[in-house]
Amino acid sequence: MVEFRVDRGSGLPAYLQIAQQVREALRLGWLAPGDRLPAVREVVATSGVNPNTVLKAYRELEFAGLVEARQGAGTFVKAGLGTGDREALGQLYEELAGWLSRARQAGLEDEDVYALLRTALDPDRERE
Amino acid sequence: MTDGLALAAHGLGKRYRATWALRDCSFELPEGRVAALVGTNGAGKTTLLTMIAGLLQPTEGEVRLPRGGRVAFVAQDKPLYRNFTPLDMLRVGAKLNRQWDQGRAIDWLTRFDVPPGRPCGKLSGGQQAQVAFAVAVGSRPSLLVLDEPLSDLDPLARRAVINELLTEVADTGMTMVMSTHVVAELSGVADHLLLLADGALLMSGDVDDLLAEHRVYIGPRSPEPPVPGRIVQASHAGGQSTFVLQGDAPVDEPWTVRPATLEEVVLARLSAGWTVAA
Repeated sequence: MVEFRVDRGSGLPAYLQIAQQVREALRLGWLAPGDRLPAVREVVATSGVNPNTVLKAYRELEFAGLVEARQGAGTFVKAGLGTGDREALGQLYEELAGWLSRARQAGLEDEDVYALLRTALDPDRERE
Repeated sequence: MTDGLALAAHGLGKRYRATWALRDCSFELPEGRVAALVGTNGAGKTTLLTMIAGLLQPTEGEVRLPRGGRVAFVAQDKPLYRNFTPLDMLRVGAKLNRQWDQGRAIDWLTRFDVPPGRPCGKLSGGQQAQVAFAVAVGSRPSLLVLDEPLSDLDPLARRAVINELLTEVADTGMTMVMSTHVVAELSGVADHLLLLADGALLMSGDVDDLLAEHRVYIGPRSPEPPVPGRIVQASHAGGQSTFVLQGDAPVDEPWTVRPATLEEVVLARLSAGWTVAA
């Protein structure tokens, strides 16, 4: 079961934060087609967000074709998102966690890590 | 009254002797919304809420509620009978309301560990607030109006009360209007913002729409923002300038852009003080 966390200090609207967390859960395989998303009431009770916000997030995901609402039964995952091999994903995560702890030891902060990651994803950008 | 509205105000105003506490206030609130009423001290928040609750006669204009709408109001001082126990207060609530849900009221007291048999005068401020909330949710309102509901509570209890109130919204479909000072706690809680300043409604609108149209640009000190857009607020400190803009144009380095938080938008609007059509 996924549990949503809403960062109240973020300028990103809460419904987009929830939709983003569902997308990430799909990418990481925590949610798979057929899984039911938590009921609106459960999300409200556990994360203290407005029911309209949760409904809006679910509608957004429905428009994107990722989930479907079934009358009276809840909202279910329709499509997966991750393209990678699940086993490789676990392996890569462990390597990344190790890399991250070395980065911390070297004194890198979150922003430094993001900067490195962005550069690695798009090497041409830095050479301009 | 239009279908699907929980509340509408038309040209609402209240004058105390020569002074207008609120003037020309018009807005509509759809059913099931959670509205936050935000404004500086003396902006007219309590005056507006008391008129919505029907406890104060407007000098001009009117408040409209749907047929059969039931309003519950929790005033800021949360008045209770000192010698009554919480259970006595629920009995009063049951007698005074046409609809009453004893189970919900009892659940609320239990959830917040309020001793049901102790006189209200001997309860802590936080517990007294919980008794007032229990009576309010027990009356099964279609519109729950709360004036600074969180002011007597510690931060943990604030979160818990908000969660319970939102769960009530999810369960019953009721509409909620609450005034608050704590804008930082509103993200994800309120979906509608009512902003008051000096007795005038500065804005009424959907929170997500509001967030979507504001961005914060930060960069080297400059008299003008790096992109076009309406300047909501500009501030300059040391070698750096910060602009809150209405607009979302991308920007080149060394400028950075990020979404504005609800708190930034509210503070910027309050300090700028310009009025927009709702």
